[in-house]
Amino acid sequence: MTSETAAAGSTADQVDGLPPSPAVWCSGLRKRYGRQTAVDDVSFTVARGEVLGLLGPNGAGKTSVIKMLLGLVRPDAGEVLLLGRRASDPRSRSAVGYLPELFRYQPWLTAAEVLDLHVKLARVDVGASERRECLALVGLADRAGDRVGGFSKGMQQRLGLAVALVARPELVVLDEPTSALDPLGRVDVRDLVLSLRSRGVTVLLNSHLIGEVERVCDRVVILDKGRVAASGTLAELLGQREVRLRLGAADGRVEDRLRAAGALSRSGDWFTVALPADDDGVTVPDLVRDLVGLGVRVHAVEPVRISLEERLLAVLRHEEPAP
Amino acid sequence: MTALTVAGLTVREAARRRVVWALLVLTVVLLALSAWGFSKLIGLDTELGTMTSGEARLVASLLLNLIMFGYSLIAAIGTAFLAGPTVAGEVESGQALALLARPVRRSAVLFGKWLGLVAFGCGYVVLAGLAQILVVRTVVGYWPPAPVAGLALLAAETIVLLTLALLLSSVVSTMASGIVAVGLFGATWVAGVVGGLGAALGNEGVARVGTVSRVLLPTDGLWRGAMNAFQDPVALVQMGPGEGGFPFLSDAPLTPAYLAWAVVWVAVVWGLTALSFQRRDV
Repeated sequence: MTSETAAAGSTADQVDGLPPSPAVWCSGLRKRYGRQTAVDDVSFTVARGEVLGLLGPNGAGKTSVIKMLLGLVRPDAGEVLLLGRRASDPRSRSAVGYLPELFRYQPWLTAAEVLDLHVKLARVDVGASERRECLALVGLADRAGDRVGGFSKGMQQRLGLAVALVARPELVVLDEPTSALDPLGRVDVRDLVLSLRSRGVTVLLNSHLIGEVERVCDRVVILDKGRVAASGTLAELLGQREVRLRLGAADGRVEDRLRAAGALSRSGDWFTVALPADDDGVTVPDLVRDLVGLGVRVHAVEPVRISLEERLLAVLRHEEPAP
Repeated sequence: MTALTVAGLTVREAARRRVVWALLVLTVVLLALSAWGFSKLIGLDTELGTMTSGEARLVASLLLNLIMFGYSLIAAIGTAFLAGPTVAGEVESGQALALLARPVRRSAVLFGKWLGLVAFGCGYVVLAGLAQILVVRTVVGYWPPAPVAGLALLAAETIVLLTLALLLSSVVSTMASGIVAVGLFGATWVAGVVGGLGAALGNEGVARVGTVSRVLLPTDGLWRGAMNAFQDPVALVQMGPGEGGFPFLSDAPLTPAYLAWAVVWVAVVWGLTALSFQRRDV
C-alpha cells in the first residue's frame, strides 16, 4: 500500500468514525419580503431519527423556514445543510420527502402517475408494488387509477403524504399535514409519523395541532415573529412541574420546608411549589411526610402538569423567560 | 434525465388537457375550408377573363402564405398560452413546490418544459403545414419551392415565441405572460408590414421600423423567410414593383446572419429565463 492510499484509508476510517451529520442544520436564516421581515436569525438542528415539531402562530415564519431548508426560497442570509450537504446542491434533497402546506398535484395525472413522476425525479428504484403499498398506506389504494383533478382536498393531501413517502426518504418534511383531513385522517397521520420514527426516519413537522405535536415529537422549536422564541425537548419545555398543596395552620418552619423543595408561591392556604426538572419522584412524598411531621394538616396535594399548549401560550405572550 | 421526464410531462399535459384535440379539430376545419377555397380557384373567372396559370400560381402562393400564417398564429397562441401556466401557473397553484423539492436543478426542469413545448409547438406547425401543402398540391397542383425550409422556419418562429412566453411566464402572472407574448407577436408582424410599406414607398425611416422590430423579436423575420420558401419565385415579379409591402409575399430569403441572430436570441432569452427562475421564490 502506498502512503497515499494509506492516508486515504485513514481519512475514510476517520469519516466512518464520525457521528452522522444531522438531518437538518440551519444557521442564521433570514428572509425579508419587501419591508416585512419573515424570518430573522433562525438556527436549529434536527438530529437523525428525531421528530421535531415546528410551532408558532400564523405568520411566525414556519413555512418560510421550511421552504428555505428545501431550497424553494432563497434566504437573504444564513446557511442550510440537509443530510450533510449544502441545500444549494440539489443532491441534498435526494432522500427528502416533502408535503407542502399548499398541496397541489398535476390534475391531469392519475394518483399512480404522480407517484411514478416523483420516483423518477428522485432517481430511486422503487418497484410498482412498493408504490402501490405507499398509496395503500394513505388510504388511496382503490383510487390509484383516478385522475387527481377529481380528488377532494383531503384525498389530495393524502396523495401528498404518499408523494412525500414514496422515494424511501431519510428526512420527511410535513407542512401542516392534517389541515384538510378529518379526525380519522389526523389519527392516520399521527400513526404514520410514529411509524416513521420507529424506522429511524427523521421528521420535521409543522402543525397547528399542538396535541398532535405533543404526542409525536421528541423536540419542539417555537417560532414567533420570525425568531426562535423557545426550543428544547418536550421534557425540557414541559419539565417544570409543580405541586399544589392546601395546608392548615402553616407557620414559618413549614414555609422553609416548602422552599427547600422548590420555588414557592402562596395564595391563601394554597401553596404552589415548582419542582426541580431532575425530580426523581421522591420530592413530593418526602415533602408530605415532613409536613405531617411538623404537625401541619395536609388537606390536598395536587400535581400540576403544564401542557405544551400552556407553555406555547406563555412563551408567545412573554409570560415567562424562554428556556 | 430530469429534463426528459419534465418534457414528457409537458407533452402529456398538452395531450391530457385536450389541447391536442382542440387543435386537431381546428386544423381539420381549416384544411377542409382551404381545400374548398382552392378548388374554387381553378377556372375562376375574373373581369379580364379566365385566370392564366401564372396568375393561378400567384394566387395559390398568396393563399398558401395566408393559411400558413393562420397556422403559425394558432401555434403561437397555443404555445404562448401553454407556456404561461408552465412556470407562473405552477408556482401560483403550488404544483411547483413538491416538484422542485426533488433533487432536480431548476434549469433542468425549465429545459424540460421548454423541450416539451418545442416538441409540441413544432410538431403541430410541421404536421399541419405539411398537410396544408399536400392539400394545395392535390387541389391546384402547386408545390412550393422549398417546403422543408419553410416548415423549419415556421417551427423556428414558434420556438422564438414560446421562448419569449416562457421568459414572461417566469416574471409575470399566467394570464399576463400569454397576452403579452401574443401581443408582441402581433405588434412585430404589424411593424413588419409597416416596414414593408415604407420600403415599397422608399421611406427609409418607416422601413427601419420593420428592420428594428425583426431584430428585437425574430418572429416576423422568420415568418418572412418561411413565406419566401412557400411562394412561387415568379409571384413577386408578377405582382410588379411597388407591391413589396404586401404582407403575404416576401421579397428575399433569410440571410445566414439573421438565422444566427435568431439562434443567439433564443439562447439569450432562455438564459435570462433560467436565471430568473433560479432566483425565484416558490
